[in-house]
Amino acid sequence: MTLTSVETSVTGTEEQAAIEGRSPLQLAWARLRQDRVAIASAVILVLIVLIALFAPLIASAVGWSPVQQDRTTGISPEGLPVAPGSAHWFGTDNLGRDILVRTVYGARVSLLVGVVATVAASVVGVVVGTLAGYFGGWVDVALARLMDVVLSFPFLLFAIALVSIVGPSLAVSVGVIAFFSWASIGRIVRGQTLSIRQKEYIEAARSLGAGDFRIMVVDVLPNLVAPVIVLASLLMPTAIVFEATLSFLGLGVVPPTPTWGNMLADSLQFYSVAWWFVVFPGVALLITTLTFNLLGDGVRDALDPSAERLFSTRRKRGRR
Amino acid sequence: MTTASTEPLITEPLLQVRDVRKYFPVGRGLLGGALAEVKAVDGVSLDVQRGETFGLVGETGCGKSTLARCITGLYPVTSGHVVLDGTELTGLSRRRLRPLRRQMQMIFQDPYGSLNPRRRVGSIIGDPFAVHGVASGAERRRRVQELMSLVGLNPEHYNRFPAEFSGGQRQRIGVARALALHPELIVCDEPVSALDVSIQAQIINLLEDLQDELKLTYIFIAHDLNVVRHVSDRVAVMYLGHIVEVARSEDLYTLPRHPYSAALLSASSVADPDEAEQKQRIILRGDVPSPVNPPSGCPFHPRCPKAQDKCVVEPPPLERKDDDPVDHLAACHFPVQPGEVLSQP
Repeated sequence: MTLTSVETSVTGTEEQAAIEGRSPLQLAWARLRQDRVAIASAVILVLIVLIALFAPLIASAVGWSPVQQDRTTGISPEGLPVAPGSAHWFGTDNLGRDILVRTVYGARVSLLVGVVATVAASVVGVVVGTLAGYFGGWVDVALARLMDVVLSFPFLLFAIALVSIVGPSLAVSVGVIAFFSWASIGRIVRGQTLSIRQKEYIEAARSLGAGDFRIMVVDVLPNLVAPVIVLASLLMPTAIVFEATLSFLGLGVVPPTPTWGNMLADSLQFYSVAWWFVVFPGVALLITTLTFNLLGDGVRDALDPSAERLFSTRRKRGRR
Repeated sequence: MTTASTEPLITEPLLQVRDVRKYFPVGRGLLGGALAEVKAVDGVSLDVQRGETFGLVGETGCGKSTLARCITGLYPVTSGHVVLDGTELTGLSRRRLRPLRRQMQMIFQDPYGSLNPRRRVGSIIGDPFAVHGVASGAERRRRVQELMSLVGLNPEHYNRFPAEFSGGQRQRIGVARALALHPELIVCDEPVSALDVSIQAQIINLLEDLQDELKLTYIFIAHDLNVVRHVSDRVAVMYLGHIVEVARSEDLYTLPRHPYSAALLSASSVADPDEAEQKQRIILRGDVPSPVNPPSGCPFHPRCPKAQDKCVVEPPPLERKDDDPVDHLAACHFPVQPGEVLSQP
């Protein structure tokens, strides 16, 4: 068989228009669009993001700022919070502040901390995990031990100790959450890199003369994109709950800036008389973390269709 | 592919391998030292002439692929020398080795594992240009598409992913990547073992056509003797990290001198069923010994039908036997004689 006949046998059946392959990520996106739960979660999350972005507009529409006390209609004669009504749709808190506006503003803090901490943790985790997995040897031993140490730290004790020294602030919250999150990503990235390093295409790159840095960026990183997207989307709700925990304990964002965590903390003394005080920030927190988790699940299923699904009922329904 | 072998060998060989050893440490002692060593390649010397195809055969685990990786500098050698075109490769840092890699490329066995699934084909084939800073942008794309049509791929598939190609097409991608920098020597590590027989023929024909067109030199590794016979000018037989016989392929297939080569040849399949029935098969006893603890003397003696006391003690040198052609060498104290039938003792 000659070269030319091989050529025609390969190209003969193909149409001659430019052919653009679909990348694994494009295929995953196509699968994700089939997942109704994930898409619904994404829509809700987009709404929450919009609400957070336009919080000042909502506040001016409602007529109250998040820290403004309504001393006339916001506090009952007994000095207790006022139930939801025409003046305050979600009711007021013990200081006569509008819970609707405060919950809306709380979304800003939660999302900001969630996004920044997750991005920071992912970047650190990917860098450390890739270095450890790629180079192996003493680099791996040192970095893997470092990750073990970080993972074995008691989160709350560390946070309380740190805040008592430097004082509570938004930046400290982000720092603490990122510090406690990167190691779990780093560990998984390290494992992935260890297996990618054994692949023949890494050897092929090396035989071409590619340097370590180039191999890590060009050949290893693209193979980490899928697991890191999944990890990050599942880390986001964890980070949001972390932030709420810190604020709840008074270690996070400083009052009077509203966060869902410190609203819940304030409401504790009043939950028997003012259900709205607990329910609205609590439900906001619940919906946000739940939709993030559902979206993360969907993203994982879309990126890795061969993996076992968390809820087998969804698989059956999807396949039928 | 008989251009080089029929001419007298006056030019300096393109590749000289001298007494190369590669030992891998196994396990770790308390102080971090290796407990034992796998002697994957144990003192191999060979010359590869310009323009020839040098076949390397042997069963799985005999050190063929390790030798290939020592030659291409993917593994540092434990001892010995690899000289390419007059330049010593052993002991060079990766930075110093990089320009030399343009002369020497590798085609890998597994067309699925050797292409990054997350990268587009154009980017994979263009990798050598990017690594060596040869061409970029539109120029790189043009040259990649040239390579694609050279190896029989549709250049329009530039933006596809490896998963969208068949095994044979993927191996063509690997060939295109190896050709990108116009190397003189291409080490083919079992390039067709993972492919269907019909596709094997396509890839082998492609490699032969490219050799004629681009004056390439191949080291062709395989465990399929028929494939090696078809493509190679000269063939070396490896056993347990040693070369036990090296000869022009017609000489080796007419009169294998080493009992192991004879056994290997007798085990290869024959297309004609009548011929296959008459064929005497030499069945070797036992398994391949562990390369961690290789046998003394001749590495083949525990399984050899002709082994005698001398074989246990004295390692046989690789040398010419009787009136063989000058380039037919075998490492055996008691080489197989013409017409001899090897049988179990």
